[in-house]
Amino acid sequence: MTHALVVEALFKTYEPGRPPAVDGLSFTMPAGATYGLLGGNGAGKTTTIAMLLGLLVPTSGRVTALGHDMATDRFAALARMNFSSPYISLPHKLSVRENLRVYGHLYNVADLKRRIATLAEDLQLTEFIDRPAGELSAGQKTRVALAKALINTPELLLLDEPTASLDPDTGDWVRTRLERYRDATGCAILLASHNMAEVERMCGHVIMLKGGRVVDEGSPDALIARFGRNDLEQVFLDIARGTRVGEAA
Amino acid sequence: MTPDLGAARRIWGLVYRHLALYRSSPPRLIELMYWPILQMVVWGFVTAYLAGVQNNVTSVAAGVLLGGVLLWEAALRSQMGFSISFLEEIWSRNLGHIFVSPLRPGELVAGLMVMSVLRTVIGVLPAMLLAWFLYAFNIFALGPLLVAQFAALIIMGWAVALGVTSLILRYGAGAEALAWSVLFGITPFAAVFYPVSVLPVWLQPVALALPAAHVFEGMRAALIEHRVDWGHLAAAYALNAVWIAGMGWVFLRQFQSARVRGALLNIGE
Repeated sequence: MTHALVVEALFKTYEPGRPPAVDGLSFTMPAGATYGLLGGNGAGKTTTIAMLLGLLVPTSGRVTALGHDMATDRFAALARMNFSSPYISLPHKLSVRENLRVYGHLYNVADLKRRIATLAEDLQLTEFIDRPAGELSAGQKTRVALAKALINTPELLLLDEPTASLDPDTGDWVRTRLERYRDATGCAILLASHNMAEVERMCGHVIMLKGGRVVDEGSPDALIARFGRNDLEQVFLDIARGTRVGEAA
Repeated sequence: MTPDLGAARRIWGLVYRHLALYRSSPPRLIELMYWPILQMVVWGFVTAYLAGVQNNVTSVAAGVLLGGVLLWEAALRSQMGFSISFLEEIWSRNLGHIFVSPLRPGELVAGLMVMSVLRTVIGVLPAMLLAWFLYAFNIFALGPLLVAQFAALIIMGWAVALGVTSLILRYGAGAEALAWSVLFGITPFAAVFYPVSVLPVWLQPVALALPAAHVFEGMRAALIEHRVDWGHLAAAYALNAVWIAGMGWVFLRQFQSARVRGALLNIGE
């Protein structure tokens, strides 16, 4: 069986002598799984995702996505992956439909017209599909970003804060759509998020990062039990502050 | 889908993105034509004034100044068309999506070249037609030579644009002013309005290393002596091949360096 993602001893330092941004990260994500990548600001999540996407070259280590070595064969993997982040925009002047056409062409999507129609219906884009992307509300933009991320029916989806700045109702709507897509297609999802409830709900496995290193990992339930806490947010705070139950703050 | 068709479709995706932008933004489209027309109008009157034939503008057609203005605009618009199309991705904060798509760096460059040609034709063709109408200067009389010279200057514009884009990859959007200014700095050495022989002897090798100098020497030979200078045309294309290969290498090196330094993550800053 081909794993969706195999990360081996990933290490990144931007300048010799400075602390590494990512230090020896290794994990294997099976197809169809949803993994969470958690950590405070500066923990190394963005650097890790950038390396997984081939946007950043690791100092050492290896990433294999969908069976393709990202150092030597990244474009074959990128055609079967996709990515979404609220920190990267789609061109504001282009309509939603035009944006989806652009990415449909970039990803060589077959029968693009039908794919866009399907996504518009599934993600409820129809009423604003011909409006400029820059004129949409935050919730509508998130749905469009999700449509872009699903345009090529990816087998591996990397999501950076997919529900950041969304109201609870819209956030829940997005999570439900992602779960439906994963269950229907067997897509693997790697999720970087600060929303602990979201991670608890969606992820079967969580990797906790601090200072670029994995400080703990496991299922949300296992982590909560191991730290003697009631939820993942308390576990996150324990790791961020270097405390556990019974330890001094 | 075969790899070649896949590459063509990805290039079309990038081109379509920019065509959609121009369709939705008339000011951008007007801006493409504005400067070439303004330059042509100003230089047309200057030429008429210097020739002292304001009442007989048809005689100005012999002048090579307007030819220089119009052809040099091809190089300027080509370079800007490439560089500004790249900057549009930075300004719209879309570059991250582009770089994590299956679009190869070579396909990105090809897409920007297509946009450069389209922007140049849209920008310069109206000025050429207006020069014919206002000053009876018919640059199309150069015939197929015009196409060859126009293409040589567009290719030179690409080479300069690859250098500018490399600097943007190296120094970020702070280097974007070069997209507007760099080719103007080359103008004195490009022999646009005067022969290379006018330049000081020590400066002439610099001029002759530029494809543009050979294009304009060829243009003067055609307009004044009514002959095609194949030597200059061949030199222009040979130099273009060297410059494009060199700047292409620099671009790919800077692209890879940006991937190592993490510059693609925050290139807009």
